[in-house]
Amino acid sequence: MIETEYQNNVLTAYIRGEIDHDSAAKIRSRVDGMAQELKPHTLRLDFGGVSFMDSSGVGLVMGRYRQMKLLGGALQVTNYSDNIYRIFAMSGLEGLGVLR
Amino acid sequence: MKTVNEMKLSFPGKSCNEAFARSAVAAFVMNLDPTVSELSDLKTAVSEAVTNCIVHGYRRQSGTVFLNGKIDENGKVTLRIRDKGCGIADVAQAMQPLFTTAADEERAGLGFAVMQSFCDRVRVTSAPGKGTTVTLEKQIGGDD
Repeated sequence: MIETEYQNNVLTAYIRGEIDHDSAAKIRSRVDGMAQELKPHTLRLDFGGVSFMDSSGVGLVMGRYRQMKLLGGALQVTNYSDNIYRIFAMSGLEGLGVLR
Repeated sequence: MKTVNEMKLSFPGKSCNEAFARSAVAAFVMNLDPTVSELSDLKTAVSEAVTNCIVHGYRRQSGTVFLNGKIDENGKVTLRIRDKGCGIADVAQAMQPLFTTAADEERAGLGFAVMQSFCDRVRVTSAPGKGTTVTLEKQIGGDD
């Protein structure tokens, strides 16, 4: 469901499969655990392997944005499909400057 | 309009059934030969509606989610998603984008906005203490 890579103070989480309320809770716990331990300057969420996402994905991104602010780092969201972008756009996430 | 196919499902309001519900709906509409985008829209809307039943309707309690589907002869899909949970006192407020009663659980408050954006029509009826019914309509393929 998720693979991570830590390099040059950047923690990248490659999310795979479907993001819904059920899977978002598991992704959140895994990513937050690693971010708290490593305290990276950037957390990158890579959506390249995401085949489905509902609005739970927005909560996931917003929550990690807050988490990284608390840790003194930044969040980047990359490789999302057009379908995923449609849901991000509805949420006002663009205003946070995390979408790449 | 004449109904050409229908289905009825009921399942426990557990979060693992969110994936089951949207996959079942995808299978139900498959013989209409939906486009990738139509299928994705419908799955997303169903996922939002079923998640609402689980996260809000049956908040901290167990209960059954009911999902009925109909396809009419013109390819219009009607899905009714119902819970017998806590209900919504103010439906108009609940449907406002970004309104949520579960911000601490990282709910974005976009469920109804996504359903409205991805379906042709969304109806919500609810009574506090009795439950909520969401009806989604979406045309698959051309109108004729």
